[in-house]
Amino acid sequence: MDWFFQQLINGLALGSIYALIALGYTMVYGVLRFINFAHSDVLMLGAYAAFFIAPAIEPLIPLPSIAGALLVTLVSALICAGIGMLIEFLAYRPLRSRPKLTVLITAIGVSLFIEFTCQHKAVFGADTKPFPELLPATDFHLFGLVIGSNDLVVVLVTAVLLAGMWFIVHKTKSGMAMRAVSFNQQAAALMGVNINRIIAFTFGLGSALAAVAGILYALKAPGIEPLMGVQPGIRAFIAAVLGGIGNLPGAALGGLLLGLLETFAGGISGLSSYRDGIAFAILILILLFKPAGLLGKATVEKV
Amino acid sequence: MSQPLLKLDQATIRFGGLTAVGDFSLEVHANELVGLIGPNGAGKTTAFNLITGVYQTTAGSIHFGGQHILGMKPHVLTKLGIARTFQNIRLFGSLSVFDNVRAATQLHRAHGIRDALWRGVGFHHGEKEVEKQVLELLDIFDLAKLRDEDAKSLPYGDQRRLEIVRALATQPKLLLLDEPAAGMNPTEKEELMKLIQFIKDKFQIAIMLVEHDMKVVMGICEKIAVLEYGKKIAEGTPAEIQKNPKVIAAYLGTEEDDDA
Amino acid sequence: MPSTIDHRPSTSSGAKRWLLAGIVLAVVVSLFSAQFNRYYLGVVIDCGISIILAVSLNLINGHTGQFSLGHAGFMAVGGYSAAKLTLVCSPLVPDSLKPMLFLVALVLGGCVAAVIGLGVGIPSLRLKGDYLAIVTLGFGEIIRVVVQNMESVGAASGLKGIPKYTTLGWTFTLAAVTIYVVAALVNSTYGRGFIAVNDDEVAASSMGINPVRYKVTAFVIGAFFAGVAGGLYAHHKQFLSPTGFDFLKSIDIVVMVILGGMGRTVGVIIAAILLTLLPEVLRQFADYRMIIYALLIIGLMMLRPQGLFTLGQKKKGAAAV
Repeated sequence: MDWFFQQLINGLALGSIYALIALGYTMVYGVLRFINFAHSDVLMLGAYAAFFIAPAIEPLIPLPSIAGALLVTLVSALICAGIGMLIEFLAYRPLRSRPKLTVLITAIGVSLFIEFTCQHKAVFGADTKPFPELLPATDFHLFGLVIGSNDLVVVLVTAVLLAGMWFIVHKTKSGMAMRAVSFNQQAAALMGVNINRIIAFTFGLGSALAAVAGILYALKAPGIEPLMGVQPGIRAFIAAVLGGIGNLPGAALGGLLLGLLETFAGGISGLSSYRDGIAFAILILILLFKPAGLLGKATVEKV
Repeated sequence: MSQPLLKLDQATIRFGGLTAVGDFSLEVHANELVGLIGPNGAGKTTAFNLITGVYQTTAGSIHFGGQHILGMKPHVLTKLGIARTFQNIRLFGSLSVFDNVRAATQLHRAHGIRDALWRGVGFHHGEKEVEKQVLELLDIFDLAKLRDEDAKSLPYGDQRRLEIVRALATQPKLLLLDEPAAGMNPTEKEELMKLIQFIKDKFQIAIMLVEHDMKVVMGICEKIAVLEYGKKIAEGTPAEIQKNPKVIAAYLGTEEDDDA
Repeated sequence: MPSTIDHRPSTSSGAKRWLLAGIVLAVVVSLFSAQFNRYYLGVVIDCGISIILAVSLNLINGHTGQFSLGHAGFMAVGGYSAAKLTLVCSPLVPDSLKPMLFLVALVLGGCVAAVIGLGVGIPSLRLKGDYLAIVTLGFGEIIRVVVQNMESVGAASGLKGIPKYTTLGWTFTLAAVTIYVVAALVNSTYGRGFIAVNDDEVAASSMGINPVRYKVTAFVIGAFFAGVAGGLYAHHKQFLSPTGFDFLKSIDIVVMVILGGMGRTVGVIIAAILLTLLPEVLRQFADYRMIIYALLIIGLMMLRPQGLFTLGQKKKGAAAV
């Protein structure tokens, strides 16, 4: 029983991170109908941003501390929001009228470019660097379980951010514009929505979330390195598809589900080495049997 | 009357809560020219999609040449003898005029993948026959000199004609034309009417026509069925249809030229 | 994509003559291969293997328009199957029969890959564009993960000691065969169906062309030759590791097809050669090599997504719609 609850907590923490990243994928897909392969690299950039900012703010606010962590995360998120918008402006906007596959390959190219550049010794170097301790880490012992404070933080932060996202999407004008653009870009433009601004906003928002996810991920990871975003990125993408790509609650649900599935599977011996394959198997099964995802709606092609 | 070539018996299709076509019954006989008209959204193209296997009926039945066609995919139905053109022209954009028609001939050809790889005598013989068949067809419709042009670079009227030629290359018994006169000026429409009549006579096939232009429909169809909100509200000769009060009500005036 | 493909009907005669000429040339050059510098010989063989990979992927991605991002998976399956067979059997076979063993191994590798291709092709049928790309990527990764866990083929540490059977002759003979099969297939009346399915699946099926059959056929044939390429690769490098067949390798091949102009066989061959030689040329910039490669991909898609080799495409007057 203890094992079950332990895995449950771990799974929720992991799933929360996936959910945050998945939101970014699904928002961009909803608005532009394309998979931003470079999203996983923004995650990595967020972690690195925190890595460099943390020592810089030490004189102001000592670390580890909640205030310090908040400041570092906020600054990193803003920087990554900017990076995300820059990528959209430079690489995707010029290709907006092109076939979707052209943009897909471009996104792959951008992702590879970021990864390879960061691996270069003049930039970050390919080695794994230890991540600074942003938050005082303690373990809570409850009901015979060990609950790390970092895990709690992950779940809490994710919950807060999800609530914030829901608010933005449903209660603000920008959010409404985002939804309009995802339904029908042309109609939204005719109704006076500034498409370029909304798309930039979407990228910025998604990238900020990815940066936070990157920092949360780095809190528990052995260290950070330029390719750290690849695996979580793929999982988060699969989570977005699982929940129904383009569907925000779906992305959150998919993220949590996938995190739980992976954690439980990883705990079962014999299955653990196939962990990577499990995520892909889930992806393929979903696309074969319910391509619209758990919460998505299937569309019929008009002949 | 002999066995009908195409028989729709209470054919129905529902998309969720919407009945796009409901209890549609119609018979089309060999070498008959039938028109299908109705206001926008009446379900005419949906009916075509049912006949060609793009959609499957959710109730009722469709028989072609005596066979129940439920569950048959479009390419199977084409082999049985149903061919069509589309409301928005769907040519094979990266193929030449010649190849567009050539691609449509392969379903009746005996030389397939093995022959293409082995390239023996049978293959070359078959390819020569295909070339002859395609050029003959293109010639009839005055497109032979454009044979190597990219299909998508043709003027609109030629593209429409090419789509019809391509459909004919499948050697159909029934040809469905979906708004062939769309976007044409009066002169072109006159020529189209003559073309359709010519096809019917020369190839001895049945033709079913969805069209908004009443002059075209009344001018060449032997029989007309009228759909409104997916249901058939009238069927008869052009003269009967023009006087039918239900049809007039549906259209608010059939004498006006409804340009799509 | 349709606007960038050029498909002129080629004369149906003469194709077999080209194949024969290609094979003769390959065999003749191979007889002199002992004279060549070992290193350059290796690079030339790499080019030949790339040609087979690119031309086989071209059938799936270029001609039939199925966006497959998992071609490296087929290569892996073929390579491992062929290598396992030769490792087990070569001590049992006399030297004079070793070429026969090699051929059997290559064909076996191709066939196993083809079966996997069937397994990938059938479920992928109703998926389009992005989704198809992701599913094929997923299949490629699953294959890699499975191989990584198979002790019988060395798991993560790889398969070593594969006999060096691959020669210039073998490689380019098989390249010629691959080119012949794909080109002869596509340039026939039957083969126009691949392009028709790519251009407009609904219209194609209304003209009696079975899209399912064509898509699956493309996958199976494409996978077969990728498997053969894998077998050649295994007996060239004499070592196989699952990491060599990852997503990046699949992207490599996809870039070759795009650079060559999807669907243009000659363009794809040239692109395969160029992209195989590129790392050699950039060897002095080893540090920046991958960065340049990534920039190349971005530049290609932004500036010339129709590929480099589109000269000779006639410019027509705009279609009036």
